[in-house]
Amino acid sequence: MLKVTLLAALALCAVGQKYNAGRAATPEEIKATDQFMAPDGTGLPPGKGTAAEGRETYSRRCARCHGQQGQGDEEGPLVGGKGTLATPKPLKTVGSFWPYATTIYDYVHRAMPFDNPGLLDANQTYSVVALILHMNGIIGEKDEMNAQTLPKVKMPNRDGFIRDTRPDTGKKKK
Amino acid sequence: MPTNPRRRFLQLSGVAALAGCSQQPDAKSAEEQLPSALGKPIRAYGERSSFETAKRAVPDLKRPQIGSTRTPLAETEGIITPSSLHFERHHAGVPDLDPAKHTLLLHGLVERPLVFTLADLKRLPSASHIYFVECSGNSGGEWKAPGGANAAAGFGLASCSEWTGVPLKILLEEAGVKKEGKWLVAEGADACKMSRSLPMEKALEDCLVAYAQNGEAIRPEQGYPLRLVVPGYEGNVNVKWLRQIKVVDQPNQTKDETSKYTDLLADGTSRQFTFLMDAKSVITYPSGGQKLSGPGFQEIRGLAWSGRGTIDRVDVSTDGGKTWQKATLQEPRLPKAFTRFRLPWTWDGKETQIQARAVDSTGYVQPSREELTEARGLNSAYHYNGIKSWAIATDGSVKNA
Repeated sequence: MLKVTLLAALALCAVGQKYNAGRAATPEEIKATDQFMAPDGTGLPPGKGTAAEGRETYSRRCARCHGQQGQGDEEGPLVGGKGTLATPKPLKTVGSFWPYATTIYDYVHRAMPFDNPGLLDANQTYSVVALILHMNGIIGEKDEMNAQTLPKVKMPNRDGFIRDTRPDTGKKKK
Repeated sequence: MPTNPRRRFLQLSGVAALAGCSQQPDAKSAEEQLPSALGKPIRAYGERSSFETAKRAVPDLKRPQIGSTRTPLAETEGIITPSSLHFERHHAGVPDLDPAKHTLLLHGLVERPLVFTLADLKRLPSASHIYFVECSGNSGGEWKAPGGANAAAGFGLASCSEWTGVPLKILLEEAGVKKEGKWLVAEGADACKMSRSLPMEKALEDCLVAYAQNGEAIRPEQGYPLRLVVPGYEGNVNVKWLRQIKVVDQPNQTKDETSKYTDLLADGTSRQFTFLMDAKSVITYPSGGQKLSGPGFQEIRGLAWSGRGTIDRVDVSTDGGKTWQKATLQEPRLPKAFTRFRLPWTWDGKETQIQARAVDSTGYVQPSREELTEARGLNSAYHYNGIKSWAIATDGSVKNA
């Protein structure tokens, strides 16, 4: 009897909803919607690409705004700026500023090309990401980027970020 | 000359339209303006008077889907920003979402991944709160030199609305957050699927999944049909067109929390996850671009706000910062909301500078430009909250100083 009560209580806990709000999400719809890529590589899809393989896609889909060499055109540059962050004219690029390589994949995948986001498949995305990393001198032209290698790329400014240390102003005045 | 006053009024309107301005009839025509015929009939949805012109200035952009418009703060009164004048900041345009089809997926490190329709959300316990939303890039032009020509240009990426929705805590409890779930990442349904990470502590504290703004459905530019409202935190985390929340164990390091919305310091390091908006204020009358009618009584008015709590005091200086007087604060003073301040003032007609300085409920005192730039350098780009000066010339004109 006690056992039965306990089991019933456990079952109620598992239901656990005070308002019975929403409906259960199916694994399929979660898979279709969840396209986040975490810095540890969680969520990166199967596929691969190298900088050499990325040139064609980059020329067709990226160069118009970012310049053939990533130097920037209608949009800001993707390369350069190394050593400028502590100067009066800091240049924040993927190479000089971005702390995680997985962010490049996540952003290109979700938001690029600007007028047709989501157009690139996984291989094209890995290869374009590899090319941007290569243009910045971070990986070699033939280094393969995939779900295992990309999270291991150490970005030059990886240690350049600190947590919020405010309030750094606003102390009491008379 | 027609003698029918109504016809004369129509003629005057025509002249005003030709002149391209909202010309005010002189005092003599006040009688003639009295309607001699019936006015317009009842209507289903209200519009403002055709004489009113306050608007968000729309900059000429190559890609108008990425950009912002600013609230004309000097043309708003009290603490509520009309929804139509709430500032905009979009990263890939404004999606046109059908509320009957839109859903919110809540998943990740939870016991029960859930999908909510708008109808699902609207039957749950709701809450309404007045909160400001401020882009952390607001006043970014002030870092290198005082830049904003008027209150909108310098401070207009801040607005204040009454938001109504379901406390996020309720949805998280329905889903059952696992103990490793320390962060969440929220994503919008705009073309770039803008996303930001947020600490679980804040999510459980006071965030809203909002479906209404100022008594009606949220405007498309503000996230229709659903947006996350994160009180006191930088505008960008108030994810619009909210379509999914994933509970995670670490921040996702999205583009908008790494390459953008991080604050570069003088030594080359950057602060990350600088969510809180520090206390800030701006005088909206007199302010840049306006012209005082002449010496005599002029009520100084402005807005102050803090992401840390309520505004407890606003000091105003009318002599360029030499002396300060306490302004009257409009009640009720609400946490993480605009607070209107007012100070009676008699202008002597001489050249001067006016400033306001906000103090919040934690004792934080809005810093001077010098104090702020000494602490962070000139390249932080975000989170500028220095004291603003407006210069008044002898002819009554007010300029950025």
